[in-house]
Amino acid sequence: MANQTSSHPAHLEHHFVDSEQQFDSAKFGMWIFLGTEVLFFGGLFAAYIIYRAWFPELYTLASEELNTLWGGVNTLVLIGSSLTVAMAIKSAQLNQKKNIAINLGITIALACVFMLIKYFEYTHKFHLGIYPGEFYTFEGIAHPKANIFFSIYYLMTGLHGIHVIIGIGLMIWLLRRSLRGDFDSEYYTPVEITGLYWHLVDIIWIFLFPLFYLID
Amino acid sequence: MATAEASPKMKKVQVRRYKPDENAETNYLNVESGIWSWLSTKDHKRIGIMYLISLAIFFMAGGILALGIRIELWTPAATFIEADTYNQLFTLHGAIMIFLFLVPSVPTVLGNFFLPMQIGAKDVAFPRLNLASYYLYAAGATLMLWAIISGGVDTGWTFYTPYSTSTGGAVTWMVMGIFVIGFSSILTGLNFIVTIHKMRAPGITWSKLSLFCWSLYATSIIQILATPVLAITLALVAMERILGIGIFDPALGGDPVLFQHFFWFYSHPAVYIMIVPGFGIVSEIVTTFSKKTIFGYWAIAMSSLAIAFIGFLVWGHHMFVSGQASLASMVFSFLSFMVGIPTGIKMFNWLATMYKGSISLKTPMLYILSFFFLFTVGGLTGIALATIAIDVHLHDTYYVVAHFHFVMVGGMVTAFLAGMHYWWPKMSGKMYNEMLGKISCLFVFVGFNVTFLPQFVMGAQGMPRRYFNYIDQFQSFHQVSTIGAMILGVGFLMVFYNLIHSIYKGKKAPPNPWGSRGLEWQVASPAPPHNFEHTPVIVHGPYDYHKPMADFQLGLAETNGHDPAYGAEIEADKKLKIEDQ
Repeated sequence: MANQTSSHPAHLEHHFVDSEQQFDSAKFGMWIFLGTEVLFFGGLFAAYIIYRAWFPELYTLASEELNTLWGGVNTLVLIGSSLTVAMAIKSAQLNQKKNIAINLGITIALACVFMLIKYFEYTHKFHLGIYPGEFYTFEGIAHPKANIFFSIYYLMTGLHGIHVIIGIGLMIWLLRRSLRGDFDSEYYTPVEITGLYWHLVDIIWIFLFPLFYLID
Repeated sequence: MATAEASPKMKKVQVRRYKPDENAETNYLNVESGIWSWLSTKDHKRIGIMYLISLAIFFMAGGILALGIRIELWTPAATFIEADTYNQLFTLHGAIMIFLFLVPSVPTVLGNFFLPMQIGAKDVAFPRLNLASYYLYAAGATLMLWAIISGGVDTGWTFYTPYSTSTGGAVTWMVMGIFVIGFSSILTGLNFIVTIHKMRAPGITWSKLSLFCWSLYATSIIQILATPVLAITLALVAMERILGIGIFDPALGGDPVLFQHFFWFYSHPAVYIMIVPGFGIVSEIVTTFSKKTIFGYWAIAMSSLAIAFIGFLVWGHHMFVSGQASLASMVFSFLSFMVGIPTGIKMFNWLATMYKGSISLKTPMLYILSFFFLFTVGGLTGIALATIAIDVHLHDTYYVVAHFHFVMVGGMVTAFLAGMHYWWPKMSGKMYNEMLGKISCLFVFVGFNVTFLPQFVMGAQGMPRRYFNYIDQFQSFHQVSTIGAMILGVGFLMVFYNLIHSIYKGKKAPPNPWGSRGLEWQVASPAPPHNFEHTPVIVHGPYDYHKPMADFQLGLAETNGHDPAYGAEIEADKKLKIEDQ
């Protein structure tokens, strides 16, 4: 029989047989959660598709109001953050504890840049009177249903923004734990599954960017 | 001591028999005490009990609302309440029963309690997430109660736009409550899928998984795939009310039929979330009380998955008269008929299981027999409603109400009560009164039929659902229905009394009062704090009643279940062969 103490690391919860089972379970659970996220956004993508099929000219007209340059910058920022979060996981696997924290720090910074650019995009539109729904007052688009396009735009990018903020919160928590030295090549489950979540947030943006910014 | 041997490349492991302790001192109920030990528990069994208490309260609340509706309908005009109050009553009855009772019922109470035990695990994969699900449920329920206090809701439980986006009252709070409960449901489903995949004890292959677990697996798949769509739909309704986004509101250029598509994309699969776990209970009880191997194990297991799959493709049958394309209606009608196939497979397999079985008519089995009758009626009237031409006549009449209640109360609630009686000894450690149990089953069965059979007739004659006033010719039907509802209410009260009374005055339950081969019965009653002190090893399927009981009580020898060196070497998917015991 193996030595009980050495085979029972601190992170192993009592109801799992071993670390591998615990890691596999956590990862599998996260993948399922990502599936639910896809369906959660799926409802909004369905609304987007239906209204675009009904009013194709509205989408091309309204899309011109969106700033492709800053949308593109944001895309690069998010892809970069996906790279750094992947590097954080790799650092954990290689047991480079300091690099986990550094890479997480860069990821948080990039996510904040994304939100900052988003903030300026939103305030610029509010300034023009492009508000969601019935508060819409902008008159620069010659289409009676322009408000619906921007409702969908605000809902989808807004929901995505909420996911980015949640991701920032999760990574600040990870950063604190990694500075405390909680993660090493033996145990880095939270980094791995947060990374998975972050990739999903990134992928959703990769769909949102062309669907809103690049169709004009 | 026995030796279980696997294929040549597997290492031999030592197993021995662990007889359940008849007089265990500690169990999950008394291992810790105090209210905080309950509120902060991560034990799946205690969480199941917390759900049970909450659900019982909401079931009572929803039932009282139902009685209010039935009493109001005693006379064709106003009986004792205003029409607006009546609208709120049936809305709250529907919303409470669906979202606070039926959807969570079997998975959160019986599933939480017994799924880990049936697969030989110490807990679900994510115990903390499990507790979080409970608190999400509680938070959602609080929001819904707040909605009731702060203005009420009169939209019906379906929240059809544009009425739901323009009416007064607290619809926003209500849909936010359901949004939060949706996440509770998603996380429970996620937890169960991971648990079933990753936590099975050595020897529990997919073909030895209990059918209750299979049904929970199918249910969980629907929960994780359908519920997010409901969540976003209700979020859109809330946004519509707050911001006027106009997606569903025709006044702002939106499309109300889009709401119906979104809503039923969840809410039709949701009825399978409610009923499929009930099927799992039926499979367990039919074999236990027939003392016979289940007939068509794989047919029953796969038909659950088939129902889950087809259930996603039939939502349009709620919209035959909503201006849906007639080609779409035909396809949806055809696909809805298809649901009858896996459901029929289940019914016939259960009947074949009973054939030449040694049937013992204990209370759980009586409930199952009434389930067979009521669910068959509910299912067959569903086929009638899926027929487009008939549906145009019957749409939004009491025929639909009766059909729905036959499936949900006659099917799901009856199965739930069967499961509660069946597993009560393991949950409480006490035996309920068998005679009172049988009498209450009779009251439930008779009361239910008296309530809802007349509704088929008056629905077919044209009585619309949700109406406050009606023409005189329907009065006798309504009055019979109201009397039936009273009898049904008495039946439910008897069940409550019987179960609660048994906690204080009931006989002590033995570990396995029914002689079941299920793994959850091979430990003490009430269940021990960590389910199994050993790592169970399974060599037979859970319904092999022709094998001796001792074969079902095996566990790894020389380990207390915490030893990874052993656990790692026996993979769950490998076959184990028993040589000697």
